[in-house]
Amino acid sequence: MKNILKISYLVIFIMLGSFQVNAAEKENLLKGDWSFKGLFGKFDRASLQRGYQIYAEVCASCHSMKYLSYRNLSEKGGPEFSIEQVKAIAASFEVTDGPNNEGEMFVRPARLSDKFVMPYENVKASQAANGGAYPPDMSVLAKARSGGPDYIYSLLLGYEDPPAGINLDDGVYYNKYMYGNNIRMAKPLTDDAVEYSDGTKATEKQMAKDITTFLMWTAEPQLEARHKMGFKVIVYLIILTILVYFSMKKIWSRIESKV
Amino acid sequence: MSDHEYIPKSKFGKWFNDRLPLLTLGNHLSDYPTPKNLNYWWTFGGILTFCLIIQIVTGLTLAMHYIAHADLAFESVEHIMRDVNYGWLIRYIHSNGSSMFFLAVYIHIFRSLFYGSYKSPREIIWIIGIIIYLLMMAAAFMGYVLPWGQMSFWGATVITNLFSAIPLIGESIVTWLWGGYSVDNPTLTRFFTLHYLLPFLILGLVILHIWALHIPGNNNPIGIDVKKPSKDTVPFHPYIVIKDAFALLMFMLVFAFFVFYSPNILGHADNYIEANPMVTPAHIVPEWYLLPFYAILRSVPDKLMGVIAMLSSILVLAALPWLDTSKIRSAVFRPLYKQFYWILVIDVLILGYVGAMPAEGLYLLVARVATAYYFIHFLIILPVLGFKEKTMPLPLSITEPVLGGFSNPSTVKKKESLY
Repeated sequence: MKNILKISYLVIFIMLGSFQVNAAEKENLLKGDWSFKGLFGKFDRASLQRGYQIYAEVCASCHSMKYLSYRNLSEKGGPEFSIEQVKAIAASFEVTDGPNNEGEMFVRPARLSDKFVMPYENVKASQAANGGAYPPDMSVLAKARSGGPDYIYSLLLGYEDPPAGINLDDGVYYNKYMYGNNIRMAKPLTDDAVEYSDGTKATEKQMAKDITTFLMWTAEPQLEARHKMGFKVIVYLIILTILVYFSMKKIWSRIESKV
Repeated sequence: MSDHEYIPKSKFGKWFNDRLPLLTLGNHLSDYPTPKNLNYWWTFGGILTFCLIIQIVTGLTLAMHYIAHADLAFESVEHIMRDVNYGWLIRYIHSNGSSMFFLAVYIHIFRSLFYGSYKSPREIIWIIGIIIYLLMMAAAFMGYVLPWGQMSFWGATVITNLFSAIPLIGESIVTWLWGGYSVDNPTLTRFFTLHYLLPFLILGLVILHIWALHIPGNNNPIGIDVKKPSKDTVPFHPYIVIKDAFALLMFMLVFAFFVFYSPNILGHADNYIEANPMVTPAHIVPEWYLLPFYAILRSVPDKLMGVIAMLSSILVLAALPWLDTSKIRSAVFRPLYKQFYWILVIDVLILGYVGAMPAEGLYLLVARVATAYYFIHFLIILPVLGFKEKTMPLPLSITEPVLGGFSNPSTVKKKESLY
C-alpha cells in the first residue's frame, strides 16, 4: 500500500506541475460561476438559450460559427430549442445551393442540416470590413484561449479607458485582459443591448455569462454526455478495482509474501 | 526456457504444437518464474503494453474519419468531435493516452534507473527500451501535428528546422523532410503515414523487449540474481497477472479522470486555432513530456551544439550499462547512489519546468545549470561512484533476508552454490 501512495503522490505532483505550467501565463482572470464545471457539471439550459440570442443579435454580424449546424441547437445537451423553433431560426437565413438541373446556383432558406451561415464570404472580406482584424470563428473559441470560458468572460467585461499616457489608434480599444491590451473589437455588450425573450434583466454581466456559457457549449457540445459517462466509468472502475484488490490478496495469501 | 518440457494434453494440441509451438509459448508465459518481491513500480511494463494497444485501437478508429489534408485536417477533427458517434471519447482517449503513455514510460525508466535493471545481463533489454522511447517521441511529435492547429504547425516548423543545423546539407535535408519550402500539405501527409507506421514498429520492438526480458528474467528490488524457479519466484499467472491488473485499474482511474473531466488540460489552447502560416504564436512549446529535452536544446547558445546536446541526452542513456561501473544493481544497497538518483529526478523535473518557460534571464541560467548537471550525473558521477562508493551487504536470497556480508553479487552467487 505504501508504494501505491507513493505512485499517487507522483501523479498528483505531475498534475499540479502541469496545471501551474498552463496557469503561468495568465493574468488574474475573473472567475465565472459556471454550472458546467465539476463532476456533474451541466449547462444551464436557459442561459444557453439566452446565449444563443446574444450570439445571433450581437456576435453573428462579425463572428462566424462554421462547425455548427442549425440542427445542433435542438440536440440533447445543448440549448435544446424545439425542432419547430430551430426550423424557424434556420429558415430566417438564406444559403446558396446548387447547381440545379439547369446548372444554375440558387438561393433557398436554410434547413436544419445546413451549417451556420457565415457573416462574410471569406477571411479577406472580414478583414476588409474590420480594419484589418479578423474576427475569429467562434465554434471552438472557448477552448482556443488559455483560461477558456473565464478568459472570454473577463475579456467581455475587461473594457476600460486606456491608462494615462497610452494613445490608441482609431478603431483600437483598451482591454486589460487582451494579450497586449489592444483590441480591435469595440465593447460588444452594454446593459440592455438585447431584450431577453424570457424576461431576464439584460445586465452586462448577465449577458457576458450567457454568451460565455453558449460559447463553451459550441466548443464542447458533448460536455454533458462526457461528464455523465465519466461518472459511470469511474464508479465502475472503483468497484472493479476493489474486487480485484481482494482477489489479489486472496491469491497472494497462498504464499508467504506481501503484496 | 522452462525447466520442464511442456507436453500438450490433447492429441490435437500435441499435433499443432509440434508444428507451431504456440502452446509451449503460452505455457512459458503463464509459468514464467517471476521474483516474488517485485513492487508496484514493476507493474508499469504491463501498463505500457495496455497504453500501446489503446493508442493503436483508438488511432485506427480515428484514422477512419480523419482527413490528412492541410485544408481539411482541422475540420475533420472537429467533425470527429461533433458528429462521429463517440468520436469525442475516442479522440480524447487517444490524445490523453499519449500523455498517459509517457507518464508510464517515465516511471518505467526511472524504476530501471533506481534498481539498476539496465546492468548486466539486461543491457539489450535496456537498449531496445531506449529505441522504443525514441520511436515513441517521434510518433507523439508527428501525432501532435495531425490536428493541424497552430501549435501543430509551429511545433513542426521548429522541430524540423533543427535539421538545418547540420553543416552543408542541413537546408537541403529540411526541404526534403518538408516536401517543399515550408511545412505544408506534403509534410502533413507524410507525417500521417509515419504516425501510422511507428506504433507497429514499436509493437515489434516491445515483443523483442519482452523476449529479451524472458532470457535472464526480471530484476527485483533487491537486485540480486534469483534462482528460477525457486522459493524466491512465483509463476507469472496468477500472481503477477492479478497484481498487474490491480495496478492497471488504478492507472485507468487516473486516465479516466483526465479523459472525462479535464481532457484539454495537458494540451495547449493554441492548438484549437487552425494552423496559420502567417501568424506565429507568442510561445511555441512542445507537449509536457518533451519539455526537459526542449530545455536542454535551448540552453546551448549554438544551434548545432544544442541539437547535439539534446540528442546526446537520450543517447547517453544507451551507454548507461557501461557508464555505471558499480556491480551492485539496486539503489537500496547504494547509499550514495540513492541520493544522486533523487537529485537526478529533481534535475529532470526542473528541466521540464524551465522548458515551459521563456528561455531568458533566470530561467535560462537554471536550464544551463540543470543541463550541465544532467550530463555530469551520467558521465562523471556514475562512473566514479562505482569505484568510490561503500555499498551495503547484499542478502543471499529473497526468502532468506540473511545478510551475506558480500558486496559483490558474483561472490554471493558462489556462496549460494555452496549450499
